[in-house]
Amino acid sequence: MLVGNIATVVLVSLGAVFFLAGTVGLLRFPDSMTRLHALTKADNLGLGLVVLGLLPQVDSVLAALKLVAVWVLTQLAGATVTQLVARAVWRGGGS
Amino acid sequence: MTEFLLAASVFILLMVAVGLLRVLRGPADIDRMMAAQLLGTGGIAALLLLGTATALPGAVDVALTLALLAAFAAVMFVHSGGSS
Repeated sequence: MLVGNIATVVLVSLGAVFFLAGTVGLLRFPDSMTRLHALTKADNLGLGLVVLGLLPQVDSVLAALKLVAVWVLTQLAGATVTQLVARAVWRGGGS
Repeated sequence: MTEFLLAASVFILLMVAVGLLRVLRGPADIDRMMAAQLLGTGGIAALLLLGTATALPGAVDVALTLALLAAFAAVMFVHSGGSS
């Protein structure tokens, strides 16, 4: 069980670091497109690492599958939304 | 272990709260939408952490719903001609 705990601590910390990087990027970057880039990093990688970190903590396989399902849904949704937002920014001549 | 998970979810929520500053400062509507998207994803991560830390099965289902709603919110914003 010890290895599971260590893996969880490391992976969840990495996920949190990516959230930090995404948030800082969202605040500091000059224009919309670069902010969008930073945001998607936080979304996909941050959440992905958190989910990976949580897998060893979950007792049943079904719950683990549910966690992965949440991440896959966020991946699909995030990718689609990012393309739409980027096109809106590009077409709307965003800031 | 649960303390670590709770601390991690608090940290992520703090990150999201800081990210929401972009809603106040964001020059374009699209930036505000991005902050809302980050709130959605950060909320999902925090919910998953809490659900696993407190062994509450419902939290993961709530996270699934939030994942869906966050996507719809952004799509509706873009679809309704979200100009800057």
